[in-house]
Amino acid sequence: MTTPRKPYPYLDLASIRARLDASRGREYWRSLEELANTEGFEELLEREFPRQAAEWNDDAAGRRQFLKVMGASLALAGLSACTRQPTETIMPYVRQPEEVIPGRPLFFATAVPNMAVAMGVLVESHLGRPTKIEGNPEHPASLGATDAMTQAAVLDLYDPDRSQTLTYLGDIRPWSSFLGAAREALGPQSATGGAGLRFLTGATTSPTLADQFHAVLQKFPKAKWHRYEPAGRHASRTAARQAFGEPLNTYYQLDKADVILSLDADFLCTGPANVRYARDFTARRRVRGQQTGMNRLYVVESTATPTGAKADHRLPLRAVDIEAFAAAIAAGIGAHGVDTSASSQMTAGPHAKWIAAVVRDLQQHRGASAVIPGEQQSPAVHLLAHAINDALGNTGKTVIHTDPLDPNPVDDFNSLRELAEDMEAGKVEMLVIVGGNPVYNAPVDFAFSQRMSKVKLRIHMGLYADETSELCQWHIPEAHFLETWSDARAYDGTVTIMQPLIMPLYFGRSVHELLAAFGDQPNQTPYEIVKAYWNRQHPGADFEDWWRKAVHDGIVPNSALAARPVTFKAASTGTSAAPAKPAPAQGLEIVFRPDPFIFDGRFANNGWLQELPRPLTTLTWDNAAFVSPRTAERLGLQNEDLVELNYRGRKVKAPVWMVPGHADESVTVHLGYGRTSAGRVGNGVGFNAYALRTSDAPSFGSGLEIVKTGSKYPLAPTQFAHMMEGRAIVISGEIDEYRKNPGFAKEKAEEPPKELTIYPGFKYEGYAWGMAIDQTACVGCNACMVACQAENNIPVVGKEQVLMRRAMHWIRVDSYYKGPVDNPETYFQPVPCMHCENAPCELVCPVQATNHSAEGLNDMVYNRCVGTRYCGNNCPYKVRRFNFFLYSDWNTPSLKLQRNPDVSVRSRGVMEKCTYCVQRINEAKIDAEKEGRPVRDGEIATACEAACPAQAIVFGNVNDPASRVAKLKAEQLNYSLLAELNTRPRTTYLAALRNPNPEIENS
Amino acid sequence: MSEERRDILPVERGRVPVIAPGHTFATVTDKISTIVLTRKTPLFWLIPFLTACALLMVFLVAVSYLFVKGVGIWGIRVPVMWGWAITNFVWWIGIGHAGTLISAILLLLHQSWRNSINRFAEAMTLFAVASAGMFPLLHLGRPWLFYWLFPYPNTMGVQPQFRSPLVWDVFAVSTYGTVSLLFWFVGLIPDLATLRDRTRNRWAKATYGILAMGWRGAASHWQKYETASLLLAGLATPLVISVHTVVSFDFTVAIVPGWHSTIFPPYFVAGAIYSGFAMVLVLAIPLRAMYGLGDLITMRHLDNMAKVMLATGQIVAYSYLFEAFIGWYSANQYEMYAIWNRLTGPYRWTYYGLIFCNLVFPQLLWLKKIRTNVVWLFVIALDILVGMWLERYVIIVVSLSRDFLPSSWALYWPTIWDVATYVGTIGLFFFLFFLFIRSLPMISIFEVRTLLPQAEVTEGVEK
Repeated sequence: MTTPRKPYPYLDLASIRARLDASRGREYWRSLEELANTEGFEELLEREFPRQAAEWNDDAAGRRQFLKVMGASLALAGLSACTRQPTETIMPYVRQPEEVIPGRPLFFATAVPNMAVAMGVLVESHLGRPTKIEGNPEHPASLGATDAMTQAAVLDLYDPDRSQTLTYLGDIRPWSSFLGAAREALGPQSATGGAGLRFLTGATTSPTLADQFHAVLQKFPKAKWHRYEPAGRHASRTAARQAFGEPLNTYYQLDKADVILSLDADFLCTGPANVRYARDFTARRRVRGQQTGMNRLYVVESTATPTGAKADHRLPLRAVDIEAFAAAIAAGIGAHGVDTSASSQMTAGPHAKWIAAVVRDLQQHRGASAVIPGEQQSPAVHLLAHAINDALGNTGKTVIHTDPLDPNPVDDFNSLRELAEDMEAGKVEMLVIVGGNPVYNAPVDFAFSQRMSKVKLRIHMGLYADETSELCQWHIPEAHFLETWSDARAYDGTVTIMQPLIMPLYFGRSVHELLAAFGDQPNQTPYEIVKAYWNRQHPGADFEDWWRKAVHDGIVPNSALAARPVTFKAASTGTSAAPAKPAPAQGLEIVFRPDPFIFDGRFANNGWLQELPRPLTTLTWDNAAFVSPRTAERLGLQNEDLVELNYRGRKVKAPVWMVPGHADESVTVHLGYGRTSAGRVGNGVGFNAYALRTSDAPSFGSGLEIVKTGSKYPLAPTQFAHMMEGRAIVISGEIDEYRKNPGFAKEKAEEPPKELTIYPGFKYEGYAWGMAIDQTACVGCNACMVACQAENNIPVVGKEQVLMRRAMHWIRVDSYYKGPVDNPETYFQPVPCMHCENAPCELVCPVQATNHSAEGLNDMVYNRCVGTRYCGNNCPYKVRRFNFFLYSDWNTPSLKLQRNPDVSVRSRGVMEKCTYCVQRINEAKIDAEKEGRPVRDGEIATACEAACPAQAIVFGNVNDPASRVAKLKAEQLNYSLLAELNTRPRTTYLAALRNPNPEIENS
Repeated sequence: MSEERRDILPVERGRVPVIAPGHTFATVTDKISTIVLTRKTPLFWLIPFLTACALLMVFLVAVSYLFVKGVGIWGIRVPVMWGWAITNFVWWIGIGHAGTLISAILLLLHQSWRNSINRFAEAMTLFAVASAGMFPLLHLGRPWLFYWLFPYPNTMGVQPQFRSPLVWDVFAVSTYGTVSLLFWFVGLIPDLATLRDRTRNRWAKATYGILAMGWRGAASHWQKYETASLLLAGLATPLVISVHTVVSFDFTVAIVPGWHSTIFPPYFVAGAIYSGFAMVLVLAIPLRAMYGLGDLITMRHLDNMAKVMLATGQIVAYSYLFEAFIGWYSANQYEMYAIWNRLTGPYRWTYYGLIFCNLVFPQLLWLKKIRTNVVWLFVIALDILVGMWLERYVIIVVSLSRDFLPSSWALYWPTIWDVATYVGTIGLFFFLFFLFIRSLPMISIFEVRTLLPQAEVTEGVEK
């Protein structure tokens, strides 16, 4: 390292503690006095006993007196960090606004910043510990639901691998030393106006942070604030600049759309608004009784995604060809201002009819359609999509443009490139990196880590000590979003003031505190900073009330960004945003996608997300090179073959996985794996696709070569067989079929009549819990799986055990294919416990560990189970999970904090399964009983039901004819899985319906 | 009471004798008791015994690791939650049935040729049940709570769930073990007395003496013995049918396609006797050779046992064919697929092996030349043991690996610990068996004596 090491004053707490422990009486006091004279003691006092510290002064006698009085407290404190008393008021949001029940879990509104865009949530807090994240029903991005990454965010808070202390070159330092160092380094910077000062952050939508940066950049005018997100929105920003002159934010109101065309956009499962889109989309597909209106979805994509699975019509195309497709659509629609010359490839090709049908459908639904371009597509595709939407008159109706969410948007790659070039030129003397992991995920052609070593002072702030912090001198642990105050905007601009639920577990600091150190008021707390900012936005006597309500509700009222009535400008250069590249004939295409759950690598150490099966492929714990079956055949590849991906002179080894429906001659790799400093969970998992990614083609490129190595690499999917084998598992049909014969689903799933048995059957009076799952709605996002895992303390078992089919998820989402392997129809089926009235599992348990309750629940008694596993064998749905080993982490203290205290943590040798969230049922029943009323419909939401963005899962009392679940079960589409076995399951399914375009169907 | 003793006049009928001519009471007693009372332990006993000890050590290691880590060290998974352990359990229990059949049923049917094989066959049963009984204990997720499967008065106020076949198993196997042990022990008493009287070793005398329970060979003792023997035989006889029927209920009561079949009870019982006799032959043939017992365990015995194997083999073959037929005839897609999967799925080689080992190869037993050739008999018996193991494996693992929902389909593979535990129980079995050979008369001395012409009760002796 180039900076000489200076002895910053600090307290070696461990040795002091040891000394004090060893001393008694007079010795003890002498030690204390010695201690009192060391530097850093004053700062310790201020931190531990802020009120008393005021009495500390320089008078020796006074100090001795102080020590006498404080001695015991200091000893009791153990001179170690103990929890500080909160000095800030946080506003609990209670589920039932009419009543506040002490001693029960409280819910607090905050937001989960998914790549800085807020997903409003309510976090359940047990005794001051956040244990579960639920959606915020009042937040537009959530409406009560969440996605998988949001659900798993609570585990990161308790990650034992999180960085816990501030370090300088690996040694622990207090915050004051850092401030001293920073101030020292800033001295020369002030003289030059900050010419050598650079900040690098990830994306941000925080108004407070932007304001702080504004202030800092005013203080250091020559300093620069760079932004970099490896999976950011640079394509949409670039296109928006071209289309509208400014990098506007675009979002879609899909509840108003009758026809949707997705150009490589997995809008149902990825992106900051995916929960809302899934809700709106499925709301328009709900077929109930005589209401048979359905929207229609066309998807064109290179990788098989859940959005493609829900499509009524899907076309697999290479990523590079989608621009031509979009051009063809634009030409067909007659969109102005874009170059549609590329369309000739498509209109002359085999897809001409498809395109013509789509064009006609779109034209028939002007103003009620939406063309959504994929974030990972090229800016040209975005431009074409804007043009098409504009031509169809969708702007302002289904397509809304607003001011950018980031108050100061930049192009990610240009920003980072500029920084890299500045570093290379030696212009950067002080680099502050907040969040992000550029050493790991910067494009390879930037050579970021080499160039970064030229910077004299490198400061890193992040949740983890990762690849980037290894190359920085200072590492500051960042406070998790659940530990600190901040704010963020949602996809539509709605602001949430984020409140913490727990004091920082470790010595975490907020980015606001860090920036304050660069500003004029260095000692402000995040609470003060955020509140002060909003006070400036809302001056007036009613600010306190306004503040309390905003924090309580989780949204700042009327803060959604207004729709900008922009018009699409004719593209000035006349061609697409990127220079037109002719698609080369040879070489495979490589497509870079952020992983659906690990994202860009930030969640690599989150066990829940690593073990969550990816949608469709159900792969866990690894990324793979996805190819289509036909391409695999051509190249002579089998699943799990380890191959070398040779791209632009760089090589990476990856296992191959065939994905039905994948575009031919295209290979998809997911980013976020192959990390070396993620933590005990994420290290060494998968291969690093960033090693191939260059800044000129960050989304896809051609010229990939695959070289076989001859060895195999085991991959761990949770589902091997995806065909229904002629069994009526997912009953599906077309909407026309339903209109003609609404009972078609019941014909395929025949249940034996109840009179067939001589047993009288149990009469369920009172509550009869049941569940109905709408297969038309399920989008396969797997949020329900993580929600269940969080709620029920389900352990993570690791890749070896998943390879042995021992994953412990209580609810799983099966995917089934129907039709040709090149482009099959895909169906999702969430499978929780069926809670059969005639349960085969109950019959065979030798010790009565599984019984049936009088309300219809199949109860599992963990402490009676001896583990013969006969019940698991006899369950035809295979919903039972067995603890083959002691999977639950008995030891790590921080992980114990996350556990839901209402649910037992199971030990080894015990069977477990979905319980219909019996703890929630009982909580609601107790409340209802105390109030002398029956449980209301909707009062109990199982974890899966609450999390589902599409509202596909509905739980309730079947005996109540007015309940949602009873009405769903009365639908003609309702059927039981494996009905002929006479298990009489309480979990039933609604058949999956599609709305195909007769033009395409019949061609 | 005179009994028909056709078999002790063999020469007349041209059949192989049940006992070689030239024996007297004394020679029979000497021959059998010398094996036990000799001071010199033969090498051909020591080497197999030490091998068995080594395998027993493997067992102890495998079981210790299992208890420490958990049942996950085996290859079981979702959906195949029973693998080698239950296969082994059914295999061992099945093997045990031959001993009881020989001891009890053949006794009641007056088949006196069973007299020279019933002792070690019953011992085989006991040790097979002991080996089998390991598995229901070991395969539990929480084996220290195994006693919850027994209905004992407890403070929890909970009883086992009696509709579960595993609870029936508990009763069946424990009854079987108890009755077999009693029957075997009661049958040992006169021989223990013989050993007590013959041995010169003080400790042996004391031990045998205690175990012989004061047997003096008085007429009243014999009368009580005969009554007890008949009663126990009567108790044990239905067990031959019922125990394996109950074990087959473990499968038939379940709804898994490939398990849920009414043919299993007779099919399993026949299969049990099939494999049991195979094991008796596998034990008898080397023992005959090693200890020179060819005059007590004659070709007639081997021939008879081979015929029983052949007969039960035909029942088993019929069951296989019928199972396949019913799978198709049922028109139930899951049943049809279960059969189709056995024939063409990933485990088809185990199914082909099974058909060959149990159905095809043992048809050689139709030939008398084969039945009377000890080498062929030994090979066929081993083959049947393997085949019967494969049968249980196919039933359990193949059916479970692909049942109703294809999303749950998965393949099962054993781990080294599955194999070690199985091999370990083989070690346990032979360890006990060789101890038995060394310390107790492996052939029933007094019962063989009744086979001699001198033992014939002639007319004129007063009742």
